[in-house]
Order: sequence, then structure tokens, then C-alpha cells
Amino acid sequence: MKTEELIRIDELCVHYEVEHTFFTHLSEAGLIELTIIENTSYIHTNLIGDVEKMMRLHHDLQLNMEGIDVVFHLLNKIDHLNSELSAAKNRLRLYEDDL
Amino acid sequence: MAFIDYYKTLGIAKTATEAEIKKAYRKMARKYHPDVNPNDKASEEKFKEVSEANEVLSNPANRKKYDKHGENWKHADDIERQQQQQRQYAGQQQQSRQQSGGGYGDEGYSDFFESMFGGGPSRGNRNVKFRGQDYNAELQLDLRDVFITDKRTLTVNGKNIRLTIPAGVKDGQQIKIPGHGGDGMNGGPKGDLVIRFSISNNTDFKRDGDNLYATVQLDLYTAMLGGDLMVNTFDGKVKLTVTPETANGTKVKLKGKGFPVYKKDGQFGDLYITYELKTPTKLTEKEKQLFEELSKLRQA
Repeated sequence: MKTEELIRIDELCVHYEVEHTFFTHLSEAGLIELTIIENTSYIHTNLIGDVEKMMRLHHDLQLNMEGIDVVFHLLNKIDHLNSELSAAKNRLRLYEDDL
Repeated sequence: MAFIDYYKTLGIAKTATEAEIKKAYRKMARKYHPDVNPNDKASEEKFKEVSEANEVLSNPANRKKYDKHGENWKHADDIERQQQQQRQYAGQQQQSRQQSGGGYGDEGYSDFFESMFGGGPSRGNRNVKFRGQDYNAELQLDLRDVFITDKRTLTVNGKNIRLTIPAGVKDGQQIKIPGHGGDGMNGGPKGDLVIRFSISNNTDFKRDGDNLYATVQLDLYTAMLGGDLMVNTFDGKVKLTVTPETANGTKVKLKGKGFPVYKKDGQFGDLYITYELKTPTKLTEKEKQLFEELSKLRQA
């Protein structure tokens, strides 16, 4: 059975020195998914990298939640396009090697 | 590190307002932020430059320092503190040198700067030009030494300086010799040598400006009957004719027999002679008798 690794939002608030509402707003905007267990909010540890990036975008660039959402969509799109570009280049190289 | 023009980095004018700086930074940050430019080293570097520019220019105090000192803005406090210390240091050195007649070496002065700023030629503060330190020296002379123009060789801070001392120099007078002080820093001009004359007077003459004053004792008989009197002047004796019935404290002016006028060849002050009547003592019986007769004659 797969074990889910969760971390309490309260701990992240202390560690990153941010308000609890920041996570609430991220959740309301659909950027992260909170897990509530006995009235305590948790987040999956594999999302911490994204959360840190969201914090930087919010603090460094004063992006609101909608702005962060747009950036993440575009970054994912770029990632996807980069992957497709890499795959296309690799396929092209196969044909070039045959020639 | 090359000088970075923060205004240019943010693409704003030097007269930009705080709002304009903020706006320019935000625009640049959105463009070059590493999170929106993943795996892009050039953007990352650019974002660092933009952030640094913003940190400086968005802080009014830092911006003021940057505008004033340019690339040296980080050392602005050091530079200003150093300049203040230099002034204090110069004052202290001036006092101590007045006692010793010496100076301090150029190397010591450089060390002082080095200790403040380090020695790297690329450091910005090295470009600030400082005028060299003024050297102060005191030259002790006798009044007779300055009666005629004379040449002297002084050794100040290890350097021999040949100096013409004009006749008539006054006690406490200072002369400045430009360019004979400490070396300037970073191409700054040399300082000056300031020499203060301390003139002692071991003569019987009192000097006041260009005039001399002397007291001459006059015997009773010459004072009453008149006569000739040889008196000392600063450069020899002169014969004075005392008029009959000269009173005690009478002043006589000997024109042109005073002290030379400073830097005016052939011009001299006056010598004032004050007669101090010397009454006879240890009178003989005969002298007492004659004085009594004189007294009776005067009363009659």
C-alpha cells in the first residue's frame, strides 16, 4: 500500500514565515490541494517545490493567485512543448542518421 | 567588478521617481524571474542585476549615496568618515609639528589610507583625489637674525629646503611655501609647507611692529644743562644732543633707526628713546651744600 507523505500547513507557516491564509487562498484558487484531517490542514510533500515557487512569484513579482495560476499553466505548457520539441528532435536525428 | 549603472539596468532616467523605479523593477522582474525562465542562466543573471539595482535605488538613503559616489556608494560612509578623520588628523599633526618642527612621511599617510580602504587599485575610493597634507614647522630665530634678509636651509620631513628669510619678519608670522607639503592621493595636488616664525628678543630694545623702543639713562646734569649723549641703536651708536632742562620720561624719536619693514627694501621703522633721569646718590657734603643753595635760589 502506498504511503502518503503529508506535512502540516502550520509547520510550513512557521518555516516560511507566511500567514495560514496564503495557503487557504492557494487552495481556493485551485493551485494546491489541502488535506484536512481532524480540523488540521496538510499538504502533500511533493507539492512543496511548487508552493515555494508560488511564494516567490507572489512576493517577488506581486502576482495574485490568478496570476500565479496563469504562470503555472504557461510554464506547464512550455514544459510540454519543450518535451515535444525534444522528442521531435530525437526522431529527426534518427532519420538524419539513416541518411 | 565593472561599474554597473543601476539606472540603465532598470531602463530609467536618473530623475525617476520612486513609483517609476518600482514600476520598472516589477516589469523587469516579471520578464527575467528565474521561476518564469526555468533553465535560463542569462535570465537568472539579468534578474540578479535588476534586483540589485532595485535594492539600491528603491532605498532613498542608498540611492542618495549612489548618486553622490557612483560605483563607490557602498563605501560612502567609509569615505565620509575617512575625510572627517583626515581633517581631525591634520589638526592633530599640525599641533604636534609646531613643537617638533618636523613632519611625517608620505608613506605613513598612505598607510593611513591603506588601512582605511585597502590597496586594490580597482577599488572605487582610489579615484577620489585628496590634496596632500600641509606640513607645519616652527623656525626659532633671534631678533638680530631677522634684522637683515638671510638665507637658511631647513630640513623638513627629510627634505632640505633653502629658504630666504626676509628682513623684518615678525614673531608668529607664517609663510606658506606651496607644493612642499605631503604628496596628494590619487593624483591630488601636493600640500603646502607652512613655516611659523618664533622670534625671541634678547636685546635691550622692545619691538612693536617696525618701531623699536629703548630707555636711556640720563644724568641729572646733562638733563638740566644739556649736552651730547652716545646712545645704542640696533645697528650701531648715534650721538644725541640733549636739550637743556630735559624732563624725566621725555621721548625722542630717531626716524629710520627702527626695524626694517617686511619686504620693503630700504624702509625702516623709527626708534623711540625714552630718557630715564638718574639722580645722583652718595652726595658729598659739598654737593649737599650746593644743592641746598640751589634749593634756596629756587624758593626765592
